Amino acid sequence: MTRAPALCRGPNDGGGRTVLLIRCPWCGAREETEFAYGGDATVTRPDPARADAKAWHDYVYVRANPKGPHHELWYHAAGCRRWLRVTRDTASHAILACAPVGPEPR
Amino acid sequence: MRGYSIFSLARNALSGHRNWPAAWRSPEPQPAYDVVIVGGGGHGLATAYYLAKEHGITNVAVLEKGWLGGGNTGRNTTIVRSNYYLEPNAHFYEFSLKLWEGLSAELNYNVMFSQRGVLNLAHTPGELEAYQRRGNAMRLNGIDAVLLSREAIARAVPLLDCSDAARYPIVGGLLQPRGGTARHDAVAWGYARAADARGVDIIQNCEVTGIQREGGYVTGVETTRGPIAAKKIGICVAGHSGVLAAMAGLRLPIESHVLQAMVSEPVKPVLDTVVTSGAIHFYVSQSDKGELVMGGDLDGFNSYAQRGGLRIIEHVVEACLMLFPSFSRLRLLRTWGGIMDMTMDGSPIIAKLPLEGLYLNGGWCYGGFKATPGSGWVFAHTIAREQPHPLNADFTLERFAEGSMIDDKGAGAVPWAQ
Repeated sequence: MTRAPALCRGPNDGGGRTVLLIRCPWCGAREETEFAYGGDATVTRPDPARADAKAWHDYVYVRANPKGPHHELWYHAAGCRRWLRVTRDTASHAILACAPVGPEPR
Repeated sequence: MRGYSIFSLARNALSGHRNWPAAWRSPEPQPAYDVVIVGGGGHGLATAYYLAKEHGITNVAVLEKGWLGGGNTGRNTTIVRSNYYLEPNAHFYEFSLKLWEGLSAELNYNVMFSQRGVLNLAHTPGELEAYQRRGNAMRLNGIDAVLLSREAIARAVPLLDCSDAARYPIVGGLLQPRGGTARHDAVAWGYARAADARGVDIIQNCEVTGIQREGGYVTGVETTRGPIAAKKIGICVAGHSGVLAAMAGLRLPIESHVLQAMVSEPVKPVLDTVVTSGAIHFYVSQSDKGELVMGGDLDGFNSYAQRGGLRIIEHVVEACLMLFPSFSRLRLLRTWGGIMDMTMDGSPIIAKLPLEGLYLNGGWCYGGFKATPGSGWVFAHTIAREQPHPLNADFTLERFAEGSMIDDKGAGAVPWAQ
Protein backbone atom coordinates (compact mmCIF):
# COMPACT_ATOMS: atom_id res chain seq x y z
CA MET A 1 0.00 0.00 0.00
CA THR A 2 1.35 3.43 -0.85
CA ARG A 3 2.02 5.84 1.94
CA ALA A 4 -0.57 8.56 2.38
CA PRO A 5 0.42 12.08 1.33
CA ALA A 6 1.91 14.10 4.15
CA LEU A 7 -1.25 16.14 4.73
CA CYS A 8 -3.28 12.98 5.34
CA ARG A 9 -0.82 11.47 7.76
CA GLY A 10 -2.26 11.47 11.20
CA PRO A 11 -1.07 10.84 14.73
CA ASN A 12 -1.24 7.14 13.81
CA ASP A 13 1.15 7.55 10.93
CA GLY A 14 4.16 9.33 12.34
CA GLY A 15 2.85 12.60 10.99
CA GLY A 16 1.85 15.80 12.71
CA ARG A 17 -1.41 16.72 14.35
CA THR A 18 -3.89 16.13 11.55
CA VAL A 19 -6.31 13.21 11.45
CA LEU A 20 -6.52 9.49 12.13
CA LEU A 21 -6.04 7.52 8.93
CA ILE A 22 -8.15 4.36 8.99
CA ARG A 23 -7.28 1.69 6.41
CA CYS A 24 -10.75 0.44 5.49
CA PRO A 25 -10.46 -3.08 4.01
CA TRP A 26 -12.94 -2.12 1.26
CA CYS A 27 -12.03 1.51 0.50
CA GLY A 28 -8.36 1.90 1.45
CA ALA A 29 -6.87 4.55 3.71
CA ARG A 30 -9.45 7.20 4.57
CA GLU A 31 -9.55 10.08 7.04
CA GLU A 32 -11.44 9.70 10.30
CA THR A 33 -13.93 12.37 9.24
CA GLU A 34 -15.55 9.75 6.97
CA PHE A 35 -16.21 7.48 9.95
CA ALA A 36 -18.46 7.40 13.00
CA TYR A 37 -17.11 5.96 16.23
CA GLY A 38 -18.96 2.95 17.66
CA GLY A 39 -17.09 2.39 20.91
CA ASP A 40 -15.61 -0.66 22.61
CA ALA A 41 -15.92 -3.74 20.37
CA THR A 42 -15.30 -6.25 23.15
CA VAL A 43 -18.62 -5.84 24.95
CA THR A 44 -21.12 -8.42 23.82
CA ARG A 45 -24.87 -8.24 24.20
CA PRO A 46 -26.10 -10.75 26.77
CA ASP A 47 -28.68 -13.38 25.92
CA PRO A 48 -32.01 -11.70 26.86
CA ALA A 49 -33.51 -15.03 27.84
CA ARG A 50 -30.85 -15.75 30.45
CA ALA A 51 -29.11 -12.51 31.41
CA ASP A 52 -29.53 -11.07 34.90
CA ALA A 53 -29.46 -7.39 35.82
CA LYS A 54 -25.71 -7.46 36.51
CA ALA A 55 -24.94 -8.82 33.03
CA TRP A 56 -27.00 -6.00 31.47
CA HIS A 57 -25.36 -3.40 33.74
CA ASP A 58 -21.89 -4.57 32.75
CA TYR A 59 -22.84 -4.61 29.05
CA VAL A 60 -24.40 -1.15 29.02
CA TYR A 61 -22.15 0.77 31.43
CA VAL A 62 -18.86 -0.91 32.38
CA ARG A 63 -15.75 -0.65 30.18
CA ALA A 64 -12.16 -1.87 30.46
CA ASN A 65 -11.03 1.56 29.15
CA PRO A 66 -7.44 0.38 28.54
CA LYS A 67 -4.41 2.62 28.11
CA GLY A 68 -2.89 0.78 25.17
CA PRO A 69 -4.40 -1.44 22.43
CA HIS A 70 -8.18 -1.03 22.28
CA HIS A 71 -10.57 -3.01 20.11
CA GLU A 72 -13.24 -0.64 18.84
CA LEU A 73 -15.98 -0.27 16.24
CA TRP A 74 -15.95 2.35 13.49
CA TYR A 75 -18.71 2.82 10.90
CA HIS A 76 -17.57 4.00 7.46
CA ALA A 77 -20.54 6.36 7.11
CA ALA A 78 -19.22 8.37 4.15
CA GLY A 79 -17.71 5.36 2.40
CA CYS A 80 -18.78 1.74 2.10
CA ARG A 81 -21.20 2.03 5.06
CA ARG A 82 -19.76 -1.04 6.72
CA TRP A 83 -18.84 -1.55 10.36
CA LEU A 84 -15.16 -2.16 11.01
CA ARG A 85 -13.30 -3.59 13.96
CA VAL A 86 -10.23 -1.41 14.53
CA THR A 87 -7.43 -2.10 16.99
CA ARG A 88 -5.93 1.24 18.03
CA ASP A 89 -3.44 2.15 20.75
CA THR A 90 -5.19 4.71 22.96
CA ALA A 91 -1.86 5.99 24.30
CA SER A 92 -0.36 6.78 20.86
CA HIS A 93 -3.38 6.66 18.47
CA ALA A 94 -1.43 4.16 16.30
CA ILE A 95 -3.84 1.94 14.38
CA LEU A 96 -2.65 -1.64 14.69
CA ALA A 97 -5.33 -3.50 12.73
CA CYS A 98 -8.57 -2.91 10.83
CA ALA A 99 -10.91 -5.74 9.85
CA PRO A 100 -14.51 -6.11 8.72
CA VAL A 101 -17.20 -6.95 11.26
CA GLY A 102 -19.59 -9.75 10.43
CA PRO A 103 -19.66 -12.11 7.44
CA GLU A 104 -17.66 -11.39 4.31
CA PRO A 105 -19.70 -9.93 1.43
CA ARG A 106 -20.07 -12.09 -1.71
CA MET B 1 3.36 29.27 56.92
CA ARG B 2 4.39 32.88 56.43
CA GLY B 3 1.28 34.69 55.20
CA TYR B 4 1.36 36.67 52.01
CA SER B 5 0.39 40.31 52.60
CA ILE B 6 1.27 43.86 51.66
CA PHE B 7 3.78 43.80 54.54
CA SER B 8 5.52 40.61 53.41
CA LEU B 9 5.64 42.08 49.90
CA ALA B 10 7.26 45.27 51.19
CA ARG B 11 9.69 43.33 53.41
CA ASN B 12 10.80 41.12 50.52
CA ALA B 13 11.03 44.06 48.16
CA LEU B 14 13.72 45.48 50.45
CA SER B 15 15.87 42.40 49.84
CA GLY B 16 15.18 42.36 46.11
CA HIS B 17 12.69 39.43 46.35
CA ARG B 18 15.60 37.01 46.83
CA ASN B 19 14.46 35.63 50.20
CA TRP B 20 10.90 34.38 49.66
CA PRO B 21 10.54 30.98 51.34
CA ALA B 22 9.48 27.98 49.23
CA ALA B 23 5.68 27.74 49.06
CA TRP B 24 5.78 24.10 50.18
CA ARG B 25 8.31 21.53 51.36
CA SER B 26 9.46 18.62 49.17
CA PRO B 27 9.84 15.85 51.75
CA GLU B 28 11.02 12.31 51.15
CA PRO B 29 8.07 9.87 51.34
CA GLN B 30 7.49 8.31 54.78
CA PRO B 31 7.02 4.52 54.93
CA ALA B 32 3.36 4.85 55.97
CA TYR B 33 0.50 7.36 56.06
CA ASP B 34 -3.07 7.41 57.36
CA VAL B 35 -4.28 8.60 53.96
CA VAL B 36 -2.53 8.58 50.58
CA ILE B 37 -4.08 10.76 47.86
CA VAL B 38 -3.08 9.70 44.35
CA GLY B 39 -2.88 12.71 42.05
CA GLY B 40 -1.49 16.18 42.80
CA GLY B 41 -3.92 18.25 40.78
CA GLY B 42 -6.45 20.66 42.22
CA HIS B 43 -8.81 17.91 43.40
CA GLY B 44 -6.15 15.87 45.20
CA LEU B 45 -4.58 18.91 46.85
CA ALA B 46 -7.98 20.31 47.89
CA THR B 47 -8.89 16.93 49.37
CA ALA B 48 -5.66 16.87 51.39
CA TYR B 49 -6.24 20.44 52.57
CA TYR B 50 -9.78 19.78 53.80
CA LEU B 51 -8.72 16.44 55.38
CA ALA B 52 -6.24 18.42 57.47
CA LYS B 53 -8.37 21.50 58.11
CA GLU B 54 -11.89 20.13 58.54
CA HIS B 55 -11.14 16.66 59.88
CA GLY B 56 -7.79 17.00 61.65
CA ILE B 57 -6.19 14.24 59.57
CA THR B 58 -2.68 15.49 58.84
CA ASN B 59 -0.69 12.27 58.34
CA VAL B 60 -1.45 12.53 54.65
CA ALA B 61 0.63 12.27 51.47
CA VAL B 62 -0.30 13.55 48.03
CA LEU B 63 1.55 11.55 45.35
CA GLU B 64 1.97 13.19 41.94
CA LYS B 65 3.59 11.40 39.01
CA GLY B 66 4.75 14.65 37.38
CA TRP B 67 4.56 18.18 38.76
CA LEU B 68 1.71 19.82 40.66
CA GLY B 69 -1.13 20.87 38.41
CA GLY B 70 0.62 19.50 35.31
CA GLY B 71 -2.35 17.36 34.24
CA ASN B 72 -5.89 18.57 33.71
CA THR B 73 -5.51 21.33 36.31
CA GLY B 74 -3.20 23.11 33.88
CA ARG B 75 -5.11 22.07 30.75
CA ASN B 76 -8.66 23.24 31.39
CA THR B 77 -10.22 26.48 30.22
CA THR B 78 -10.70 27.80 33.80
CA ILE B 79 -14.48 28.30 33.71
CA VAL B 80 -16.42 28.25 36.99
CA ARG B 81 -20.24 27.97 36.99
CA SER B 82 -23.13 26.15 38.64
CA ASN B 83 -25.81 26.39 35.93
CA TYR B 84 -27.17 22.85 36.25
CA TYR B 85 -30.74 21.62 35.93
CA LEU B 86 -30.80 18.46 38.05
CA GLU B 87 -30.71 18.88 41.82
CA PRO B 88 -27.67 16.79 42.80
CA ASN B 89 -25.48 18.66 40.29
CA ALA B 90 -27.05 22.05 41.06
CA HIS B 91 -26.53 21.81 44.82
CA PHE B 92 -23.02 20.38 44.54
CA TYR B 93 -21.70 22.90 42.00
CA GLU B 94 -23.39 25.82 43.79
CA PHE B 95 -21.66 24.77 47.04
CA SER B 96 -18.40 24.68 45.10
CA LEU B 97 -19.07 28.13 43.61
CA LYS B 98 -19.63 29.52 47.12
CA LEU B 99 -16.26 28.09 48.18
CA TRP B 100 -14.71 29.77 45.11
CA GLU B 101 -16.10 33.11 46.28
CA GLY B 102 -14.02 32.94 49.45
CA LEU B 103 -11.10 30.88 48.19
CA SER B 104 -8.39 33.52 47.81
CA ALA B 105 -8.92 34.64 51.43
CA GLU B 106 -9.25 31.05 52.67
CA LEU B 107 -5.93 30.01 51.13
CA ASN B 108 -4.11 33.37 51.52
CA TYR B 109 -3.35 32.94 47.83
CA ASN B 110 -4.81 34.93 44.95
CA VAL B 111 -6.61 32.45 42.69
CA MET B 112 -7.76 35.40 40.55
CA PHE B 113 -11.41 34.32 40.66
CA SER B 114 -13.24 36.72 38.36
CA GLN B 115 -17.06 36.59 38.40
CA ARG B 116 -17.46 37.92 34.90
CA GLY B 117 -20.57 35.86 34.12
CA VAL B 118 -21.18 32.80 31.96
CA LEU B 119 -23.56 33.31 29.02
CA ASN B 120 -25.20 30.40 27.17
CA LEU B 121 -26.44 31.44 23.72
CA ALA B 122 -29.74 30.16 22.30
CA HIS B 123 -30.03 29.96 18.51
CA THR B 124 -33.64 28.78 18.22
CA PRO B 125 -36.85 29.55 20.16
CA GLY B 126 -36.91 25.92 21.32
CA GLU B 127 -33.40 26.20 22.71
CA LEU B 128 -34.31 29.44 24.47
CA GLU B 129 -37.30 27.73 26.11
CA ALA B 130 -35.01 24.95 27.32
CA TYR B 131 -32.70 27.58 28.83
CA GLN B 132 -35.71 29.27 30.43
CA ARG B 133 -36.64 25.97 32.04
CA ARG B 134 -33.08 25.47 33.26
CA GLY B 135 -32.90 29.04 34.55
CA ASN B 136 -36.15 28.57 36.48
CA ALA B 137 -34.82 25.35 38.00
CA MET B 138 -31.61 27.14 38.99
CA ARG B 139 -33.51 29.99 40.66
CA LEU B 140 -35.70 27.51 42.57
CA ASN B 141 -32.44 26.01 43.84
CA GLY B 142 -31.17 29.44 44.96
CA ILE B 143 -28.74 29.88 42.04
CA ASP B 144 -28.56 33.12 40.08
CA ALA B 145 -29.84 32.99 36.50
CA VAL B 146 -30.99 35.74 34.13
CA LEU B 147 -32.71 35.21 30.80
CA LEU B 148 -31.44 37.73 28.26
CA SER B 149 -33.06 38.97 25.06
CA ARG B 150 -31.08 39.29 21.84
CA GLU B 151 -30.95 43.06 22.33
CA ALA B 152 -29.57 42.71 25.85
CA ILE B 153 -26.90 40.28 24.61
CA ALA B 154 -25.93 42.65 21.78
CA ARG B 155 -25.42 45.42 24.37
CA ALA B 156 -23.47 43.20 26.77
CA VAL B 157 -21.22 41.55 24.16
CA PRO B 158 -20.87 44.10 21.35
CA LEU B 159 -18.49 42.02 19.21
CA LEU B 160 -20.97 39.14 18.98
CA ASP B 161 -22.76 38.89 15.63
CA CYS B 162 -26.40 39.32 16.71
CA SER B 163 -27.62 40.26 13.23
CA ASP B 164 -30.28 38.43 11.25
CA ALA B 165 -27.58 37.48 8.74
CA ALA B 166 -25.67 35.36 11.26
CA ARG B 167 -25.24 31.71 10.27
CA TYR B 168 -26.62 30.73 13.69
CA PRO B 169 -28.86 33.64 14.66
CA ILE B 170 -28.91 34.50 18.35
CA VAL B 171 -32.43 34.66 19.77
CA GLY B 172 -31.51 35.05 23.44
CA GLY B 173 -29.51 33.44 26.17
CA LEU B 174 -29.13 32.43 29.79
CA LEU B 175 -26.62 34.27 31.96
CA GLN B 176 -25.23 33.17 35.29
CA PRO B 177 -23.73 36.44 36.58
CA ARG B 178 -21.81 34.78 39.44
CA GLY B 179 -20.01 32.40 37.08
CA GLY B 180 -16.62 33.31 35.70
CA THR B 181 -13.01 32.21 35.48
CA ALA B 182 -10.05 31.65 37.81
CA ARG B 183 -6.32 31.15 37.40
CA HIS B 184 -5.96 27.37 37.28
CA ASP B 185 -2.27 27.06 38.31
CA ALA B 186 -2.89 29.28 41.33
CA VAL B 187 -5.62 26.93 42.56
CA ALA B 188 -3.16 24.00 42.67
CA TRP B 189 -0.37 26.11 44.18
CA GLY B 190 -2.67 27.74 46.75
CA TYR B 191 -4.10 24.44 47.97
CA ALA B 192 -0.60 22.87 47.95
CA ARG B 193 0.85 25.66 50.08
CA ALA B 194 -2.09 25.64 52.51
CA ALA B 195 -2.12 21.83 52.82
CA ASP B 196 1.66 21.71 53.30
CA ALA B 197 1.36 24.30 56.09
CA ARG B 198 -1.00 21.91 57.90
CA GLY B 199 1.49 19.04 57.69
CA VAL B 200 0.50 17.27 54.46
CA ASP B 201 3.47 15.75 52.56
CA ILE B 202 3.37 16.69 48.87
CA ILE B 203 5.56 14.33 46.87
CA GLN B 204 6.13 15.06 43.19
CA ASN B 205 7.75 12.80 40.57
CA CYS B 206 6.25 9.80 42.37
CA GLU B 207 4.05 7.67 40.12
CA VAL B 208 1.75 5.06 41.64
CA THR B 209 2.30 1.76 39.81
CA GLY B 210 0.23 -0.62 41.93
CA ILE B 211 -2.29 -0.84 44.75
CA GLN B 212 -1.50 -3.34 47.51
CA ARG B 213 -4.38 -5.39 48.82
CA GLU B 214 -4.87 -7.90 51.61
CA GLY B 215 -8.18 -9.67 51.76
CA GLY B 216 -10.81 -7.07 51.01
CA TYR B 217 -8.63 -4.19 52.25
CA VAL B 218 -6.12 -1.87 50.64
CA THR B 219 -2.82 -1.70 52.50
CA GLY B 220 -0.74 0.72 50.44
CA VAL B 221 0.62 1.68 47.06
CA GLU B 222 3.63 0.70 44.95
CA THR B 223 5.35 3.76 43.54
CA THR B 224 8.37 4.65 41.44
CA ARG B 225 9.92 5.80 44.75
CA GLY B 226 9.17 2.55 46.61
CA PRO B 227 6.20 1.11 48.48
CA ILE B 228 4.16 3.36 50.78
CA ALA B 229 1.71 1.86 53.28
CA ALA B 230 -1.67 3.54 53.71
CA LYS B 231 -4.81 2.85 55.70
CA LYS B 232 -6.90 4.70 53.14
CA ILE B 233 -6.27 5.62 49.51
CA GLY B 234 -8.08 8.37 47.59
CA ILE B 235 -7.87 8.35 43.79
CA CYS B 236 -7.96 11.85 42.17
CA VAL B 237 -6.39 11.16 38.79
CA ALA B 238 -9.02 12.42 36.31
CA GLY B 239 -8.44 10.74 32.92
CA HIS B 240 -6.46 7.90 34.47
CA SER B 241 -9.25 6.81 36.89
CA GLY B 242 -9.72 3.59 34.93
CA VAL B 243 -5.99 2.81 35.05
CA LEU B 244 -5.88 3.21 38.85
CA ALA B 245 -9.10 1.23 39.29
CA ALA B 246 -7.60 -1.58 37.19
CA MET B 247 -4.66 -1.72 39.64
CA ALA B 248 -7.23 -2.64 42.28
CA GLY B 249 -8.92 -5.16 39.97
CA LEU B 250 -11.97 -2.94 39.35
CA ARG B 251 -13.73 -1.75 36.20
CA LEU B 252 -15.63 1.52 36.08
CA PRO B 253 -18.52 2.98 34.03
CA ILE B 254 -15.97 5.38 32.53
CA GLU B 255 -14.21 5.91 29.20
CA SER B 256 -11.23 8.25 28.73
CA HIS B 257 -11.51 10.74 25.88
CA VAL B 258 -9.40 13.62 24.61
CA LEU B 259 -10.78 17.18 24.81
CA GLN B 260 -8.88 19.95 23.05
CA ALA B 261 -8.54 23.63 23.90
CA MET B 262 -6.65 26.49 22.35
CA VAL B 263 -5.68 30.13 22.77
CA SER B 264 -5.22 33.00 20.34
CA GLU B 265 -2.39 35.47 20.52
CA PRO B 266 -2.94 37.99 23.34
CA VAL B 267 -4.84 41.18 22.57
CA LYS B 268 -6.19 44.09 24.60
CA PRO B 269 -9.47 43.45 26.52
CA VAL B 270 -12.30 42.74 24.06
CA LEU B 271 -14.50 40.21 25.86
CA ASP B 272 -15.46 40.57 29.52
CA THR B 273 -17.64 37.50 29.97
CA VAL B 274 -17.63 33.79 29.12
CA VAL B 275 -19.68 33.05 25.99
CA THR B 276 -20.81 29.51 25.19
CA SER B 277 -22.97 27.90 22.53
CA GLY B 278 -24.13 24.35 23.18
CA ALA B 279 -25.69 24.08 19.72
CA ILE B 280 -22.46 24.70 17.85
CA HIS B 281 -20.14 23.20 20.49
CA PHE B 282 -18.07 26.28 21.30
CA TYR B 283 -17.08 28.46 24.21
CA VAL B 284 -14.69 31.37 24.61
CA SER B 285 -13.38 33.74 27.27
CA GLN B 286 -10.47 36.15 27.45
CA SER B 287 -7.67 35.46 29.89
CA ASP B 288 -6.03 38.14 32.01
CA LYS B 289 -3.03 37.85 29.70
CA GLY B 290 -5.33 38.80 26.80
CA GLU B 291 -5.48 35.46 24.99
CA LEU B 292 -8.86 34.25 23.79
CA VAL B 293 -9.29 30.83 25.41
CA MET B 294 -11.47 28.55 23.28
CA GLY B 295 -12.74 25.02 23.32
CA GLY B 296 -15.28 22.73 21.76
CA ASP B 297 -16.21 19.09 21.81
CA LEU B 298 -14.44 15.80 22.41
CA ASP B 299 -12.56 14.25 19.50
CA GLY B 300 -14.93 11.36 20.14
CA PHE B 301 -12.81 8.24 20.51
CA ASN B 302 -11.05 6.64 23.49
CA SER B 303 -7.69 8.30 24.10
CA TYR B 304 -4.97 8.79 26.68
CA ALA B 305 -2.74 10.69 24.24
CA GLN B 306 -3.34 14.32 25.37
CA ARG B 307 -3.58 15.43 21.74
CA GLY B 308 -6.33 15.42 19.16
CA GLY B 309 -7.08 15.99 15.50
CA LEU B 310 -7.11 19.14 13.39
CA ARG B 311 -10.82 18.75 12.53
CA ILE B 312 -11.84 19.75 16.08
CA ILE B 313 -9.52 22.76 16.00
CA GLU B 314 -11.04 23.76 12.64
CA HIS B 315 -14.54 23.33 14.05
CA VAL B 316 -13.80 25.48 17.09
CA VAL B 317 -12.25 28.23 14.98
CA GLU B 318 -15.14 28.15 12.49
CA ALA B 319 -17.66 28.39 15.32
CA CYS B 320 -15.70 31.26 16.84
CA LEU B 321 -15.73 33.22 13.59
CA MET B 322 -19.46 32.59 13.03
CA LEU B 323 -20.14 34.23 16.41
CA PHE B 324 -17.30 36.79 16.43
CA PRO B 325 -16.40 37.69 12.81
CA SER B 326 -13.94 40.36 14.02
CA PHE B 327 -11.67 37.71 15.54
CA SER B 328 -10.74 36.49 12.06
CA ARG B 329 -7.43 38.36 12.04
CA LEU B 330 -6.16 36.75 15.23
CA ARG B 331 -3.59 34.00 15.03
CA LEU B 332 -3.91 30.79 16.98
CA LEU B 333 -1.07 30.69 19.45
CA ARG B 334 -1.27 27.25 21.01
CA THR B 335 -3.49 24.15 21.13
CA TRP B 336 -3.44 21.20 23.50
CA GLY B 337 -5.49 18.25 24.72
CA GLY B 338 -6.44 16.82 28.09
CA ILE B 339 -7.92 13.45 28.98
CA MET B 340 -11.49 13.48 30.31
CA ASP B 341 -12.82 10.61 32.40
CA MET B 342 -16.27 10.47 30.80
CA THR B 343 -18.94 8.67 32.81
CA MET B 344 -21.98 7.05 31.28
CA ASP B 345 -24.36 9.77 32.54
CA GLY B 346 -22.13 12.85 32.45
CA SER B 347 -21.93 13.27 36.25
CA PRO B 348 -19.00 12.49 38.55
CA ILE B 349 -18.38 9.59 40.92
CA ILE B 350 -17.26 10.65 44.42
CA ALA B 351 -17.60 7.51 46.49
CA LYS B 352 -16.15 4.58 48.33
CA LEU B 353 -15.15 1.78 45.94
CA PRO B 354 -16.02 -1.88 46.64
CA LEU B 355 -12.67 -2.45 48.41
CA GLU B 356 -12.21 -1.35 52.04
CA GLY B 357 -10.14 1.81 52.30
CA LEU B 358 -10.30 2.73 48.60
CA TYR B 359 -12.12 5.88 47.46
CA LEU B 360 -12.66 7.40 44.01
CA ASN B 361 -13.02 11.04 43.02
CA GLY B 362 -13.42 10.90 39.25
CA GLY B 363 -15.66 10.82 36.23
CA TRP B 364 -15.47 14.60 35.91
CA CYS B 365 -16.24 14.73 32.19
CA TYR B 366 -15.83 18.40 31.18
CA GLY B 367 -16.62 19.77 34.61
CA GLY B 368 -13.66 19.10 36.85
CA PHE B 369 -12.05 22.50 37.28
CA LYS B 370 -15.06 24.37 38.64
CA ALA B 371 -15.71 21.51 41.06
CA THR B 372 -12.24 21.66 42.62
CA PRO B 373 -13.09 23.22 46.03
CA GLY B 374 -16.42 21.41 46.45
CA SER B 375 -14.95 18.12 45.29
CA GLY B 376 -12.09 18.35 47.80
CA TRP B 377 -14.54 19.25 50.56
CA VAL B 378 -16.93 16.32 50.05
CA PHE B 379 -14.20 13.80 49.17
CA ALA B 380 -12.32 14.64 52.39
CA HIS B 381 -15.60 14.16 54.29
CA THR B 382 -16.20 10.82 52.54
CA ILE B 383 -12.70 9.55 53.39
CA ALA B 384 -12.61 10.88 56.97
CA ARG B 385 -16.13 9.85 58.01
CA GLU B 386 -16.29 6.75 55.80
CA GLN B 387 -19.65 7.94 54.52
CA PRO B 388 -20.61 10.48 51.88
CA HIS B 389 -21.37 14.13 52.57
CA PRO B 390 -25.04 14.92 51.72
CA LEU B 391 -23.79 16.80 48.63
CA ASN B 392 -22.12 13.74 47.09
CA ALA B 393 -24.52 11.09 48.41
CA ASP B 394 -26.00 10.70 44.90
CA PHE B 395 -22.63 10.52 43.07
CA THR B 396 -22.24 6.79 43.74
CA LEU B 397 -20.73 4.04 41.63
CA GLU B 398 -23.89 1.97 42.14
CA ARG B 399 -26.30 4.50 40.61
CA PHE B 400 -25.94 2.90 37.18
CA ALA B 401 -27.06 -0.51 38.46
CA GLU B 402 -29.87 1.12 40.45
CA GLY B 403 -31.19 3.16 37.52
CA SER B 404 -30.71 6.44 39.41
CA MET B 405 -28.46 8.18 36.89
CA ILE B 406 -27.83 11.93 37.10
CA ASP B 407 -28.10 12.61 33.40
CA ASP B 408 -28.29 16.38 33.02
CA LYS B 409 -27.97 16.02 29.26
CA GLY B 410 -30.21 12.98 28.90
CA ALA B 411 -27.93 11.48 26.27
CA GLY B 412 -27.94 7.85 27.43
CA ALA B 413 -25.00 5.59 28.08
CA VAL B 414 -22.70 7.03 25.40
CA PRO B 415 -19.65 8.68 26.97
CA TRP B 416 -18.70 10.69 23.89
CA ALA B 417 -22.25 12.14 23.70
CA GLN B 418 -22.26 13.51 27.26
